[in-house]
Amino acid sequence: MPNKQELLDLQFIEARHKLLDLAAFLDRVDRHAGAEDFRFSAMKSTLPILLEDRPDRAKVILEALSDPSIEPIPQAAFQGAFGASQNSKSKI
Amino acid sequence: MRYIEPHAHMVSRTTDDYEKLALSGCEVVCEPAFWAGFDRSSADGFHDYFRQLTEYEPKRAARYGIKHFSWLCINPKEADDPVFAREVMGLIPQFLKCPTVLGIGEIGLNKNTRNELAIFEEHVQLALDHDLPILIHTPHLEDKLKGTRLTLDSLANFSHLDRAKVIIDHVEEHTVSQVLDAGYWAGMTLYPDSKCSLDRAIDILEIHGPERLWMNSACDWGVSDPLAVPKCALQMKRREHTAEAVERVIYQNPRDFLSQSARFVI
Ligand SMILES: [Zn+2]
Repeated sequence: MPNKQELLDLQFIEARHKLLDLAAFLDRVDRHAGAEDFRFSAMKSTLPILLEDRPDRAKVILEALSDPSIEPIPQAAFQGAFGASQNSKSKI
Repeated sequence: MRYIEPHAHMVSRTTDDYEKLALSGCEVVCEPAFWAGFDRSSADGFHDYFRQLTEYEPKRAARYGIKHFSWLCINPKEADDPVFAREVMGLIPQFLKCPTVLGIGEIGLNKNTRNELAIFEEHVQLALDHDLPILIHTPHLEDKLKGTRLTLDSLANFSHLDRAKVIIDHVEEHTVSQVLDAGYWAGMTLYPDSKCSLDRAIDILEIHGPERLWMNSACDWGVSDPLAVPKCALQMKRREHTAEAVERVIYQNPRDFLSQSARFVI
């Protein structure tokens, strides 16, 4: 397995690129007219997880963006998914 | 490098893709029945689809030296109308006799509705009645965690189910442990946006080990990459996984799971 230095050599530029893309996305939504919705606040509420000293940040972010309810629903209002939950626990 | 693509929706792909798969070392493609991007209006639509899966695709794949197998069901997106779903399910037994049909799949939940759950359980019973392996889809994005829990709770009620003959697909970091800890197989889907990236799938492998895990492209009519599995194999190599470790996850593991169907002869 590669050590930390080798992983940084392999993937730092790619991760830096993704970080900048996320920063630019937040700027872009802020800059444009209209109202945000639950997806944007759910995304922003997960950002502090990135700075936590823990081994499972991806898992915790996925959980924060998940529907926290547990019972099957009577009927689906639509077929697709949004990527964040309207009832998300992660709301600031 | 040889590999098995254990989950691909080739009815949605062009023949060029079979050539690309063959050039990349793909020896076997397995195709679960799924949603074709729009709802079919009659059970006859499914009858034609099941014929396509069992008659046409094996021939198209064979022209590129690839073996093609299939799984049958009515997918969760079209299973929310139980009367219609049961009509389609009535067609399945006649197709189970086809020599390339491996089992029941991909069944499961989409929006986690009561009807989806009822039809899921009827499919599980159908598989048990015919002693067949089961391939289970888990929902997308925010619905995945809840859907995986509901699926596991439901399966726990089937006391005669052999968990080693069930694979729960599309796991991610927040669902993989629950699936593996309960004794099922787990599939990681390599998707451009909505499921695992190549690197995240490799992270999951490194953290959980290769036992009862496979990876697939689930390439279909949407934005997806039929070469995701060999690309992930290359990324494993770049991350210093041995050739044996790569072969295990892209060839031996799917072969071991799929060989539980007597039809899976390669
Ligand atoms: Zn699929």
